[in-house]
Amino acid sequence: MSAISTIFTALFYLSLAVFLIGMARKIYQYTVTPAPLKIPTAPTPLTQTGVVMRMAREVVLFESLFKANKWTWLFGWLFHVGLLLVLVRHARYFWPGDLPEIFLLVQPFKYAAFAMVIGLIGLMGRRIFVERIRYISAPSDYLMLIMLLIIGISGAVMTFTSNHTDVIMVKEFASGLITFNWADLPTEIHFLVHLFLVFVLMAIFPISKLLHVPGIFFSPTRNQVDDARKKRHISPWALKQEQDHAVKLDEALGKDK
Amino acid sequence: MAAKEFDIPVLPTYLEIPEIKEGIMEGDGPFKSSEQFQNPLGFPGEKVDNWQEVAIEKMGELKSKYRSVQVFLDSCVKCGACTDKCHYFLGSSDPKNMPVARQDLFRSVYRRHFTFAGKYFPKLVGAKELDDEMLDDWYNYFHQCSQCRRCSVFCPYGIDTAEISMAAREVLDAVGVGQKYCNQILGKAITIGNNLGLPEPALRDTLLDLEEEIEEETGIAVKYPLDVKGAEILLITPSADFFAEPHIDGLIGYGKVFHEDGVSWTMSSYASEGANFGMFIGSYDIMRKAALRIRKAALDLEVSRVMVGECGHAWRVAYSFWNTLTGVGAGATDEFGLKLQNQLDSRYPQPQHIIEYTHDLIQRGKLKFDKSVNDDRNVTFHDSCNVARATNMGGIPNGQFILPREVIKAVCNNYVDMERSTIKESTFCCGGGGGLLTDDLMEIRIKGAMPRMQALKEVEKTDGVNTLVAICAICKSQFSKVLPKFDFDPYMIVSAHQLVSEAIIMEKPQTDDSVTQEAEEVTE
Repeated sequence: MSAISTIFTALFYLSLAVFLIGMARKIYQYTVTPAPLKIPTAPTPLTQTGVVMRMAREVVLFESLFKANKWTWLFGWLFHVGLLLVLVRHARYFWPGDLPEIFLLVQPFKYAAFAMVIGLIGLMGRRIFVERIRYISAPSDYLMLIMLLIIGISGAVMTFTSNHTDVIMVKEFASGLITFNWADLPTEIHFLVHLFLVFVLMAIFPISKLLHVPGIFFSPTRNQVDDARKKRHISPWALKQEQDHAVKLDEALGKDK
Repeated sequence: MAAKEFDIPVLPTYLEIPEIKEGIMEGDGPFKSSEQFQNPLGFPGEKVDNWQEVAIEKMGELKSKYRSVQVFLDSCVKCGACTDKCHYFLGSSDPKNMPVARQDLFRSVYRRHFTFAGKYFPKLVGAKELDDEMLDDWYNYFHQCSQCRRCSVFCPYGIDTAEISMAAREVLDAVGVGQKYCNQILGKAITIGNNLGLPEPALRDTLLDLEEEIEEETGIAVKYPLDVKGAEILLITPSADFFAEPHIDGLIGYGKVFHEDGVSWTMSSYASEGANFGMFIGSYDIMRKAALRIRKAALDLEVSRVMVGECGHAWRVAYSFWNTLTGVGAGATDEFGLKLQNQLDSRYPQPQHIIEYTHDLIQRGKLKFDKSVNDDRNVTFHDSCNVARATNMGGIPNGQFILPREVIKAVCNNYVDMERSTIKESTFCCGGGGGLLTDDLMEIRIKGAMPRMQALKEVEKTDGVNTLVAICAICKSQFSKVLPKFDFDPYMIVSAHQLVSEAIIMEKPQTDDSVTQEAEEVTE
């Protein structure tokens, strides 16, 4: 195996480990941190089914963003849907042997890469040209978009121009990562950049704003049932405080018996 | 008595997103609290020496106690969806009044102290140190947020600036930099029982005067019972209802409705406040302390129903938080909650809003109205933010929008809604909520009222609207003050129950005396 293949193989496992451990820690943190009060935002679902429907609309359609701003919604949604389709298409590289037929359904969507890139360019445009959004942007916000753009464009270059990379080799390399049969990878520069930035993205996922992905599912304004009057909702720390402080509170209030 | 001169916004024909004007709302913020108001709440009297240390420790504590804080700080992608949603930004143009920028005051410090990227690459991710300048910005700009939650409706992750603003105010209190208005009032609320510091004899006198006034005017003895043990309903209403205009006309309306229903009811001198400013300062403990007085009053007076008057954040605290804080509600499995819930009548929602009650009576045909009395009025309804975005009424989806409108339409003939994007879940705050209803914040109050005033101006032009109804004590006080600044009649703001009071046909003279005679009077 060449030196460059060894480095990229090692980088893959490193970034994957950072991603998995980092995300597990974050998700654990979100799980154990209680939401002590009922704070769903209107229009609130009154049932658990309603919450599931609401969350599905948020995650699939970006409902709230649609209400907020049609352009941001359009570009954001294009990017995310494009990215999802592109990601699923990548399964064929990692899958050892022949791909199950179900994946063939997404194969026609190779043009999703354009949706992704157009979305990103739109979002970048807004960040640069809309004064309000420029004001709230940090360097990392631009960098994130640039990184995704390079990933998207380098991928599209490989798919749609004559700069194809050796797909068989990619498959051997990628599926080798999964099955621990490590193999050499193609060394065209756009492929290496593409791959390297994906590793970077994986590694920074748990320490950046990409945490919006698990975040939405834990957002109390979106995932709570509006049933405060019907059920007593109480967090463990509040319950403990209730028991510990019962006497002290009476003293502080004065008038009690 | 605002500290500096400022221009009152001119109402545009259409609401436009302003260009940002950096630093236009910079300042010292509202009057700071002093030792005398801080200490009773358990806060340091002045800025402590090691305040940075204390503040960072407090931030760490809060993010481990509130998932909202932790998730919201992590999840923001700076998409900008919220940037044009805050009434204070629309009215002032100060970019730090954009919800995300307001959160970023807090988030930048969180990143600096609690995240890998912020610790090692602060410039890259916009992480900042909590220095004096930053703390001053916190104090100033977190007191330019009315915690109305409009931004949260539009955020793709539901990030609620109110949660961040409450956390920031809690940190500020912990380092001894509290706001005088809220903390002074809270001191009175948790020792005397109401925000005005009104003791029992004064309250009793006021209510007697009110009874006389109504009897003189209508010839009917509508009673305002206080501390009546064994009454069915305990009414918890904002203390502004006892004194302020136009609030008191709403209280008159509640009394008339109770009278017509013939139900026995009472107020409590021990818990004579619906408002709970503990929510504004973000303190679970103080909010609970204030709410516990209501629990005690309900237990002592042995009532079977707890009802809440017209007050926005009070209804949020009551509807969403009381069950958690004190057990006023249903479905408890713990000893503490059960003690009260066994006493409460489970056939009714606990707590119940006065609008739900009146609405129910109207539905059952128990109230008669002469709607023509209100024919000189062209009415519109201002959805108060806490009611609209944080509560429900009637247990039906969007009931909090439906019920008040149905009550209003049952008592007057001419009703029209304002522009859809300014009502219901998208309602614009009156500009005075969240602990901002103080004269030292008059500039931001007036500027923040602009978007609501613009929508009102539109229906004034198109439909001749001359009456603005609200079901929130803060909205009513705020509108009375700011309406004239935008060339409206300050008396156009009324309670929903004022309209009820004017249209109701009283058919049951003198029946409730028997009820009060049976009940035992409690005096402390």
